[in-house]
Amino acid sequence: MMVPTAYYLVLSAILFSIGVGAFLFKRNIISIFMSIELMLNAVNLTFVAFSHQWHQVSGQLFVFFVMVVAAAESAVGLAIIIAIFRARNTLNVDQVDLMKL
Amino acid sequence: MYLVLFFIFAGLCVAAAINLLLQRQPINSALSLIVVMTSLAVLYLLLGAEFLAAAQVIVYSGAIMVLFTFVIMLLNASSEERTLGTARTAYIVGVPGVAALLGLLTYVFLENRTALGGSRLGDSLMTTADLSRVLFRDLLLPFEVTSVLILIAILGAVALAGRQGGADPVKAALDRPLTAPSAVFGANQPLPGGPQQATPGDTLGQPYLGKEPYPGKELQA
Repeated sequence: MMVPTAYYLVLSAILFSIGVGAFLFKRNIISIFMSIELMLNAVNLTFVAFSHQWHQVSGQLFVFFVMVVAAAESAVGLAIIIAIFRARNTLNVDQVDLMKL
Repeated sequence: MYLVLFFIFAGLCVAAAINLLLQRQPINSALSLIVVMTSLAVLYLLLGAEFLAAAQVIVYSGAIMVLFTFVIMLLNASSEERTLGTARTAYIVGVPGVAALLGLLTYVFLENRTALGGSRLGDSLMTTADLSRVLFRDLLLPFEVTSVLILIAILGAVALAGRQGGADPVKAALDRPLTAPSAVFGANQPLPGGPQQATPGDTLGQPYLGKEPYPGKELQA
């Protein structure tokens, strides 16, 4: 039995679209950050699917680097969220609309 | 069998992602995201990427999501309020935009499905040895650069989240007495460990018989 690679790509497109939608519709800054992680995961699935199809290792190594960068990014991003909460006492992005802290 | 496994975990993935979109509480969204990431790890395993499946569970659903749940609990993130007035543009542009993006990508992928080919279970297994051979020979410099990146990220996180002077809502939230003991023992009543006044009607230490309303009930309203 065989699964077409297109199915993996369609699943990745669905997850990416849900991530874009959550990024636009969510008002909580932590939820917005989580939807960014969802989009990163969707793209990772595309990399792994193509790596499997072409029998190339480099696709999986791209995913490895994406994971490393995502870990660093989430640490810095959550620190920024803590700093914003400290300055504004809110997590709603509609109330964080000034460049000045 | 392979197709059945794919559809089970793809369905789990999509259902948890939709749950992430619909939930109001950030902690529920975080738990749905853990389900998405773990199902993706199983899909990686089906695609023969054994190292990435393990790394996905350890790094993503382990480290990153623990960081997320820690921050959600530290900041006491409550249910988000829908402020439709400022977010109306996001709905007007977002819904057709997302639908168009999904439709376009799905059309392109399904149009080229024969050219893209398919995958059988176990037709190519990339072991950790294969991966490390390329990673440490051809990609050694990017690998070392990522370690510098992580070091800078650690320093940045400490510098951003570290305590500064002045009023601190995070510290205030941490120093605030927990509401749990008063919810259990009733407001204005001393804890069992503290000095106890023998007031009449003091029911501390006695089993709750259910005749009166629960002492902390008005606190939960």
